[in-house]
Amino acid sequence: MKPEVFEPKIVAFCCHYCAYASADLAGSMRIQYPPNVRIIRTPCTGRLETEYFMKAFENGADGVLVAGCLEGGCHFVEGNLCARRRVNYTRDLLAEISLEKERLRMVNISAAMARPLADTITDMVETVRKLGPNPIKQKNLTKLESCT
Amino acid sequence: MIVAQRKNIPELLSIVERHRKVLLLGCGTCVTVCLAGGQREVSIIASALRMAAKLKDRALEVEELTIERQCDNVFLEQAAEAIKKTDAVLSLGCGAGVQALAERFTGKPVYAGLDTAFIGILEERGVWAEKCTACGQCVLHQYGGICPITRCAKHMLNGPCSGSREDRCEVNPDRPCAWQLIYKRLKEIGQLDRLKEIKPPKNWRPSLSGGLRTIVREDHRV
Repeated sequence: MKPEVFEPKIVAFCCHYCAYASADLAGSMRIQYPPNVRIIRTPCTGRLETEYFMKAFENGADGVLVAGCLEGGCHFVEGNLCARRRVNYTRDLLAEISLEKERLRMVNISAAMARPLADTITDMVETVRKLGPNPIKQKNLTKLESCT
Repeated sequence: MIVAQRKNIPELLSIVERHRKVLLLGCGTCVTVCLAGGQREVSIIASALRMAAKLKDRALEVEELTIERQCDNVFLEQAAEAIKKTDAVLSLGCGAGVQALAERFTGKPVYAGLDTAFIGILEERGVWAEKCTACGQCVLHQYGGICPITRCAKHMLNGPCSGSREDRCEVNPDRPCAWQLIYKRLKEIGQLDRLKEIKPPKNWRPSLSGGLRTIVREDHRV
């Protein structure tokens, strides 16, 4: 019997002005990317807060991708720069709780970069596939309680 | 405002290791403004604690609540119901908030989740700096509103020390020399003559060196 391949679930926060449009363009250009991503459109990546990423992981996301505009090209001037700092802060926080920080990544994609977006998603899926499922969702609290 | 910063997650986890159900209690005043213990930080730290506990195979429930102010008994009542339902309280308030909780809820363990740092202000986005040491006898009127006790590394009342270079402090070149600032400020407001007065040694008894401080206002007592 063929062993089951782990299919990660990736939450992708995509900026309305760039990465979301590039995902749209990828569709128009018939460029394939793995179906493991769940795209959430955001008005700007600067709108994203640390707790969004933490809640995603706590609720079982195997990886989180944040895709904002190219640096210098943010529709709101510096939202993507704020997002990068928050992503870096959250990556450190993940390391503090012993969760691999590679599960959270930020990329800069313009609305015309459909191919790079597809490649980024493929790379992210492969990275998370190697890391394995999010260990948080695998822990069964009731089982723990019966042991203690 | 009182400025604080959070302890790291492994330390917080070890602080609450004796308990299975903990209330993470935020404060809506100073620590909300300095982004250390408000509603948002409660949410982030609670998520982090729950995940860290699961990864260590520990059963830990973390409840979340933020009240208006932890250092005031009137507001503490807002947390009474939630505290009753948990084994312990991990407070994201300042040291005063933690102790107010411990005094009010005597039968419940109360722990500090933050390191209370100083009284300061937001200098620029993401940067807080100390401005007041609460020495108990303010001298700001003599120094153009710049505190030599807090902002001069040597706490000099009759400065400068002559160690500053290019208006930077010799102890910490990242910080400006407080005495340079005092001189500039007094010149601007036309009070340079204040520097000619030799200040006597400061009376430190009203500071913490004189022991625990309390203020009693008879006109407000009932």
